[in-house]
Amino acid sequence: MSPRAAARLATLGFGDVYDYVAGKADWGSAGLPLEGANGSETHAGAYVRTDVPRCGLGESLQAVRQRVTEAGFDTCFVVEENQVVLGRIGRRVLASDTDVLVGEVMAEGPSTVRPSARLSELVERMNRQDLSGLPVTTSDGRLTGLLTRADAERALARS
Amino acid sequence: MTRSVTRADVQRLTAEESAQLVEVLPVAEYEDEHLPGAISIPLKDIAEQARRLLDATKPVVVYCYDYT
Repeated sequence: MSPRAAARLATLGFGDVYDYVAGKADWGSAGLPLEGANGSETHAGAYVRTDVPRCGLGESLQAVRQRVTEAGFDTCFVVEENQVVLGRIGRRVLASDTDVLVGEVMAEGPSTVRPSARLSELVERMNRQDLSGLPVTTSDGRLTGLLTRADAERALARS
Repeated sequence: MTRSVTRADVQRLTAEESAQLVEVLPVAEYEDEHLPGAISIPLKDIAEQARRLLDATKPVVVYCYDYT
């Protein structure tokens, strides 16, 4: 639609017209705020825990285990230098006594959701799949943080 | 002339060049969610409303949902 709108504006004498081709889907996927009846406050991005622990492929599980415990979480996301998500270290792995490199034991390529994802849909999904949380990433795969089921349910109850 | 722009371009145009943001989807979709500061001019109403609602001397950025 927007290319046609841009073209029509040009015929009406508007000389400086730009077409944001990727649209509001792109905007929301980048975690940028949206306004409206279902604006950002009903989307995952508003409730993300940005302080969820992160680690690198080459780190020792022992070091990560300590950091995760001190931070008060039970999970850690494995990211590369640009914060693109590579994997996840979950509760079971953290509870094990082994001392290996993170890259050897991480769960590869976890499912992620966008900051623009609707809370109501995510809560339904987390309940259906019995998930305690979901990682939130931008459209280029960079970790924004963790949306916990508890936080999402509380936010929905308030809205 | 119309040009395709990125998200970063939109941010720059609105912050630095007073660009007018226009969502061209139906009103109900605009009311559901829209970019901060955007106004609603559905595509079918562009010819009728553009000159009344927009300043032709300033940049205009139009958008819809995505590439499709």
